[in-house]
Amino acid sequence: MEELNALFQGFSVALTPFNVGLMLLGVTLGVIIGVLPGLGGANGVAILLPLTFTMPPTSAIIMLSSIYWGALFGGAITSILFNIPGEPWSVATTFDGYPMAQQGRAGEAMTGAFTSSFVGALVAVSLFTFIAPLIASFALQFGPPEFFSVYLLTFSSFVGTGKGNPFKIIASMMVGFALAAVGIDIVTGQLRLTFGFTELLSGFNFLVAVIGLFGIGEILLSMEEGLSFSGHGAGINPRIVLQTWAKLPRYWATSIRSCIIGVWMGIIPGGATPASFLSYGVARKMSRDGAKFGSGQLEGVVAPETAAHAAGTSALLPMIMLGIPGSPTAAVLLGGLLIWGLQPGPLLFVEQKDFVWGLIASMYLGNIAGLIVVMTAVPLFAAILRIPFPIIAPVIVVISAIGAYTVKNNILDVWMMVVFGVIGYVFKKLGYPLAPMVLALVLGDAAESSFRQSMLISQGDLRVFFSNWLVGGITGLSLFMLLWPQISAGLARLRTPAPAPR
Amino acid sequence: MRIQRILTCSAVAFAATLAGPATAWEPTKTVEFIIPAGTGGGADQMARFTQGVVAKYNLMKQSIVPINKSGGAGAEGFLDVKASKGDAHKIIITLSNLFTTPLATGVPFNWKDLTPVAMLALDNFVLWVNAEDPYKSPTEYIAAAKKAGPNQFKMAGTGSKQEDQIITVAIEKATGVKFTYVPFKGGGEVATQLVGKHVNSTVNNPIEAVAQWRAGKLRPLCVFDGNRMPYKDKVTDTLSWNDIPTCKEAGIPVEYTMLRGIFMPAGVPQDVVDFYVELFKKVRATPDWRKLMADGAFNQTFMAGKEYVDWVAKAEILHRDLMKEAGFLAKK
Repeated sequence: MEELNALFQGFSVALTPFNVGLMLLGVTLGVIIGVLPGLGGANGVAILLPLTFTMPPTSAIIMLSSIYWGALFGGAITSILFNIPGEPWSVATTFDGYPMAQQGRAGEAMTGAFTSSFVGALVAVSLFTFIAPLIASFALQFGPPEFFSVYLLTFSSFVGTGKGNPFKIIASMMVGFALAAVGIDIVTGQLRLTFGFTELLSGFNFLVAVIGLFGIGEILLSMEEGLSFSGHGAGINPRIVLQTWAKLPRYWATSIRSCIIGVWMGIIPGGATPASFLSYGVARKMSRDGAKFGSGQLEGVVAPETAAHAAGTSALLPMIMLGIPGSPTAAVLLGGLLIWGLQPGPLLFVEQKDFVWGLIASMYLGNIAGLIVVMTAVPLFAAILRIPFPIIAPVIVVISAIGAYTVKNNILDVWMMVVFGVIGYVFKKLGYPLAPMVLALVLGDAAESSFRQSMLISQGDLRVFFSNWLVGGITGLSLFMLLWPQISAGLARLRTPAPAPR
Repeated sequence: MRIQRILTCSAVAFAATLAGPATAWEPTKTVEFIIPAGTGGGADQMARFTQGVVAKYNLMKQSIVPINKSGGAGAEGFLDVKASKGDAHKIIITLSNLFTTPLATGVPFNWKDLTPVAMLALDNFVLWVNAEDPYKSPTEYIAAAKKAGPNQFKMAGTGSKQEDQIITVAIEKATGVKFTYVPFKGGGEVATQLVGKHVNSTVNNPIEAVAQWRAGKLRPLCVFDGNRMPYKDKVTDTLSWNDIPTCKEAGIPVEYTMLRGIFMPAGVPQDVVDFYVELFKKVRATPDWRKLMADGAFNQTFMAGKEYVDWVAKAEILHRDLMKEAGFLAKK
């Protein structure tokens, strides 16, 4: 158990009072960053990066990665309370988290979210500790066709089971794809759909769209429904935490699935956002209560949060082992490594043992610290819902506007947010689901690039998506998922004997 | 008498302030450092590194705040600086997209819309192959690519119609080989695709691939600079950056380096420009900066003033020619 020795060595590095202090500071800052929409983990880490110049690298990475853990936890808070995702990876948490809050179960939703985040992180760190080199070599298997098959799987898991009109789902998704196509096209280097407006150069920012569609759209709906905030019944009851914990073991299957999806997506690296969507989609398909998803199921909060945190955590692995960032935040941390004079890559584990094992130990400790910080605050957060709507609504609008502005320091984004708010309202009124649109907006670009990269590599031969067991397996699975409703309907018809003619 | 003395004193003080550096312009508020690229890339690292060094050695009273404006292959950042005419508290770090983005997309900006401040360094490009492949020299590799037939060998690179693809086209012109160019988002991703054998070669910057070289996963074949890289410290057990031949001496007559330079908005007074030139000279003198240069095997050429302007003008013509030959220019 060489790893265990190294890990304990790491704990002794991480457990100095200075490092523990930095850890708590980082986690608290991270939660705040996670709560504020727009100010993402990547921005937060980037802003603080230069401050770490004078620190030893191990302390620096402990503080910065703690910010990241904090942001991973904190993103769920506003998703659940106000339907405004604080971070991209908590969009899927709104689907069931917000309905729960509306039913007065905000405390339960948050406890579920934080606890499952923690479980996801713990599983990811354990794998990190024991089989890091093995995992890293798995990441190398992923070329463009493999990436495309993963994106296809995510989309399929969403289309396959939608309640409501499948054409509305597809229409919504296509709008998302169209919006994602605006801006520079990575494969040709040309501008698309900008109509000569330089403001559209950078395309539509996913976060701005989400803040508008979900947050502002929701406020417009509440206004129409008479300025009331459903969910004010949320009790401040510390026992709610224990009650929720008692419920959670029931979702062990979802939990395990979500951990696998999360770790896998973090490593290849796909990132926390797609992981949360994929996990939600898969859980909806596999769960016995799948049909009830979207109406306030605790399981619908557990799935995306577990996966997001598992992915966010394991995203650091390809960064350290291969020098490729698994998420935007990991990209900034990677820059930090170079600035501190460390070289990410296969040799880091050999040459910088203290650093690597200190980081891994701090991943355990940082997540425990994060869990304690957010759990103690659950009743406090839930109490926010007791504030009357006419007071809290303007505050939410202001925070949303600041969030939209901070994404890129661009005032136009604030107007964009308002427009998306109106779109969100109209979509809801007409019964078009928002989730597929958001999913297409966040993954459309990446899916398109990997498809076209595959086509370049294979010279236009579609068989590349079945060219080896890995890509073939994932593509096959996604096609199976896509056609599952038809297949299960067919099976059901076979099983029930044809009614006897009378 | 006393009054006279005071007057004299103040006159002397006044003269001193006129003559001495005390009157030199200094930033009066936070300086925005625009990065026309995403977080985590080479330009981003250099800008944030600068911010850290300035703070660590207290080189400036005000602080520097890096802001990423990466939209439209960096056009967002350049347009922002172009629109901030006369703003003495805004600087921008450039990649080759200063030239390539307006040429490839037709977005209306040009380096002449900005004030050149200084060249910090030139970034090198190295031809890399997977270490498990048998090619030991660029000529062997090119011969194998030719033998396989057109489009059979894949070259991965960062972005489209930018430096990596320009170099690829230049290699094709110089040797008659034909690659399939596959664009990816970032240099790290490109290096990993090569380690995973999804492509045959890359033209990564040294810093993007050095970790994989040291781990024995990648092999450098040649560098696209006019001279060998000067760093003689061993990077792997047996080789230093200096041991990598130039592509020219290895039989591929292609030369290319990428500008890592500083610009600022048009219409700023000369003493403002002078302040930033001095600031970056101080940054470059720190041991931290020298280590970064050695780690990334940068070409440490420094330029300012007219020399820099001439260099930029020449580089623009070079890019226009290269892109015209490759058919990358935007249709008007």
